[in-house]
Amino acid sequence: MDMTSLTIDAARSGVQERKTTALALAEAHYARIQKEDGEIGAFLTLCKERALEQADRIDHMAAEGKPLPPLAGVPVAIKDVMSTRGVRTTAGSKILSHYIPPYDCTAVARMEAAGAVVLGKTNCDEFAMGSSNENSAFHPVHNPRDLSRVPGGSSGGSAAAVAADMAVVALGSDTGGSIRQPASFCGVVGLMPTYGRVSRYGLIAFASSLDHIGPLARTVKDAAIVLRTIAGRDPMDSTSADLPVPDYVAELDKPVRGLRLGVAKEYFGEGLDDEVRHAVESAIDKLKSLGCEVVPVSLPHTPYAIPTYYLIATAEASSNLARYDGVRYSYRAPGVKSLSEMYRRSRDEGFGAEVKRRIMLGTYALSAGYYDAYYLKAQKVRTLLTRDFEEAFGKVDAIVTPTSPTAAFKLGEKSNDPLAMYLADIYTVTADLAGIPGISVPCGETKEKLPIGLQILGKHFDEATILRLAHAYEQAA
Amino acid sequence: MKVTEKDVAYVADLANLELSGEERGGMLRDLNSILDYIERLEELDTANVEPMAQVSDRHGVDESKQGSERFAYASREDVPEGLRKSLSQESALENAPDADGTFFRVPKVIER
Repeated sequence: MDMTSLTIDAARSGVQERKTTALALAEAHYARIQKEDGEIGAFLTLCKERALEQADRIDHMAAEGKPLPPLAGVPVAIKDVMSTRGVRTTAGSKILSHYIPPYDCTAVARMEAAGAVVLGKTNCDEFAMGSSNENSAFHPVHNPRDLSRVPGGSSGGSAAAVAADMAVVALGSDTGGSIRQPASFCGVVGLMPTYGRVSRYGLIAFASSLDHIGPLARTVKDAAIVLRTIAGRDPMDSTSADLPVPDYVAELDKPVRGLRLGVAKEYFGEGLDDEVRHAVESAIDKLKSLGCEVVPVSLPHTPYAIPTYYLIATAEASSNLARYDGVRYSYRAPGVKSLSEMYRRSRDEGFGAEVKRRIMLGTYALSAGYYDAYYLKAQKVRTLLTRDFEEAFGKVDAIVTPTSPTAAFKLGEKSNDPLAMYLADIYTVTADLAGIPGISVPCGETKEKLPIGLQILGKHFDEATILRLAHAYEQAA
Repeated sequence: MKVTEKDVAYVADLANLELSGEERGGMLRDLNSILDYIERLEELDTANVEPMAQVSDRHGVDESKQGSERFAYASREDVPEGLRKSLSQESALENAPDADGTFFRVPKVIER
């Protein structure tokens, strides 16, 4: 069996039926990382000891003939914004380059409780702020499909690891598109669940009203299995919703015939690349041929989403990142003489350019005299954007859009123009602002063989429907 | 130009950032370009729109209740030990850049 291109079910049943072992799967993935990751740069830290211990536990269970949990022996990668006990967690930042968390993120703990083998921590834009992974303080990630191009961001390392068969699935985080956009650029599936569906306990905070944890996977079914594993109320995160978790996997094969799909013209306007437009339109035709009904909808406030997002996200970030003070666990500049010099120089040397830019913008938007004009205004427009979706979802079951206006761009192409980089998130930030779930599923390639992603947005807590649609499309395509 | 050099210095001070001369110049340019783009929000009349601070107040709440009571699902009994034990002193100090085994050590706070 080909050890590094397996689905979750194939890996698990291989271990259960003793055709392979969790240890052999882990070793095969580490060998693949050794061979491929020098060029790609998806991983920041490997935790081989922890992985092999877990693999050994799983192999003992298998040897005793015990029924294995759903992710038993499955090699996974974790974005380096999720805390892992005893394993360095940097958030892609120099300011946390030596941080070793004393506890595990709930999502990671749930993956391991379900038998997953955590191989290591994946590269990302610093504090998940970026759309190309070029803001990592350590090194950029290269797109496995074309090494001269970015993998997207900020979960670029997670997307690249899954795309290059260095992990079966990975966890990422999405604040403005950071799971779906890299999934689209790397040709994998990326799911952002509803706000509150998955606990964020142990996730290093960027913008608390927008942060989500979700899976990146090579198949929709694998994404569904991971979501089923990590979803549900966690008493350690008061924003996690106390709602039952459906069996997303069992729901996958329900027919999609009769489902109403909204198409909003605001997502097909200026700036959308022609090849992406054609690929997404043919994907919509494919869903139509499966019996879905296509309904035009209007989301009129969409052009205001990026400015709204960049005010709210940066305001929250400026507050969340105030904790990096050089006292308790973050980098401290050497040779400082006073407390105030310590704060300033540690933050100055520890944070990268984009993080400082966002702290500055957020601090400005929250400062006296500007609060009403910027932050409060953005919160009000957020209400309007959310109402757009509420109205549209009165008529349709899901909304289909491109995930990103273009396929993967070149490294360096946008890195000197922050605004151009922000516009890469134009089709993804709306779902974060409204708190609705979204999935990106591959829907073809450009002439240059670069992957294109179809985004399917759903109602609050209706991941089952978007997973079902993505699965039906994936099977038919 | 919305943001001036003086504003950059003031905001950097609020955010506890030092910023080199070169960085300040770049920040001035970038903040102005981003704020110019953000200006389009002024096209929208939001006089009668409620601000949305978070998503959770749109789902999972008890609509019949007022204020924080609406979020009853998120509250719990106050128990002394909490949901997990506090970190041990040793573990809490482990990541500190400077500690003496009991306290975090920092440079002198009061300057005279």
